[in-house]
Amino acid sequence: MTAQVPVVEATPTTSMIKTLGIVATVCGLIIVGAYQGTYSAVAANKKIAIERAVFKVIPGSKNISEFYAMPNGIAPAAGETPPGAVKFYAAYDANDRLTGVAAEAGAKGYADVVRILYGYSQDCRCIIGIGVVSMRETPGIGDKILTDRQFLANFTALDVKLNADLSALANAVKTVKHGTKSHAWEVEAISGATVTSKAVGKGINDSAQSLLPKLVPQIEKLRSRQS
Amino acid sequence: MTLPGQQEQKLSMDTFLEGLWRQNPTFVMVLGMCPTLAVTVSAVNALTMGLATTIVLVFSCWLISLLRKLVPKEVRIATYIVIIATFVTAVDYLIQAVSLALYDALGAFIQLIVVNCIILGRAEAHASKHPPLVALTNALGMGAGFTIGLFALGAVREILGSGSLFGLSLFGADFQPWVVMILPPGGFFVLGAWLLLFAWWKRRKGGRALIAEGQHHGA
Repeated sequence: MTAQVPVVEATPTTSMIKTLGIVATVCGLIIVGAYQGTYSAVAANKKIAIERAVFKVIPGSKNISEFYAMPNGIAPAAGETPPGAVKFYAAYDANDRLTGVAAEAGAKGYADVVRILYGYSQDCRCIIGIGVVSMRETPGIGDKILTDRQFLANFTALDVKLNADLSALANAVKTVKHGTKSHAWEVEAISGATVTSKAVGKGINDSAQSLLPKLVPQIEKLRSRQS
Repeated sequence: MTLPGQQEQKLSMDTFLEGLWRQNPTFVMVLGMCPTLAVTVSAVNALTMGLATTIVLVFSCWLISLLRKLVPKEVRIATYIVIIATFVTAVDYLIQAVSLALYDALGAFIQLIVVNCIILGRAEAHASKHPPLVALTNALGMGAGFTIGLFALGAVREILGSGSLFGLSLFGADFQPWVVMILPPGGFFVLGAWLLLFAWWKRRKGGRALIAEGQHHGA
């Protein structure tokens, strides 16, 4: 006697497609619902995060406005970043007077790209503060750029003057070994965290070289806040 | 889809407790090690990751259980993954709405919940074979077990690696943190220590039971 092989009924193709279609539709609705439901809270959180970061690097600020610096002028930021444009934030005090300009800079550190925000003041033509946007540097070593007072003192008045024809920085920002800083445009590295320190210096130099020649000739237009 | 010969489990206290202790995802099944080792550098990160996984686990298992008789077995894995990915996306938005700092700290590990084997494992092994309430209760227990597991790692790593708990300094300025604990090897050290502790405790319990049994037979 041969053993009876149980007959397994094949699932119809339409049933499989129907099930997948229904599940995809239900899931689509849930995702869109979650996106719509959280959109305003996420946008508000992002705005608060940017404001906090800018206020930290430009003391005395109360409001910010976003702009693009382009080779042919400055325009309020909206939508996609146009090619060749650099985004920056203009910060204003309670009387809507310009306190400074903040922009993002980034360069490869020890573990990943170190992204920072720096504040620029036109009065001293220097960088007056930095804050870290994101980094994955070694805890206890690379992350000293957040806490090392001597290192942070580099950025209370870091010289980023432009040259005579306003086409580039008069002196490129450079990171030098600990204890060898002799010029206002040099960044003194943290001993033992040279790679991360250099990333900060290089990031600022690259960003300032690209932003300031476009921004400084137009900065008078930003002196007071237009709402 | 209920496989032939598979009994639907009745709702009991054990449905919930299973995940907390007997089948704890972290310490017994040793599943989901990727987020367990990567995000547990602080207690807050660990708790958030645990809660996010629990939310995804509970909703996915509930929906999968609800649809279990409608989903043909040929397309079940695709269906489960789509459902899990949906709830992960929703949780991703939710965390961004609650705190961007937390969202940045957890990084890609929130999106990686989609491929967390605890969730797909529960969907396949439990939710697809049991009614919604049982599946939901079991998922809640598993999620709580996973959260406790992550917190056990996160708390120890933060205390030793940063000298604080929930960001509050515990030992004062003189404490020299064991930086290795918040680096990747620290995750392995602490997990190893916890597993060792549980193994020792289990063996001790087993030994006691054997002695008790011996005394019982001798009497």
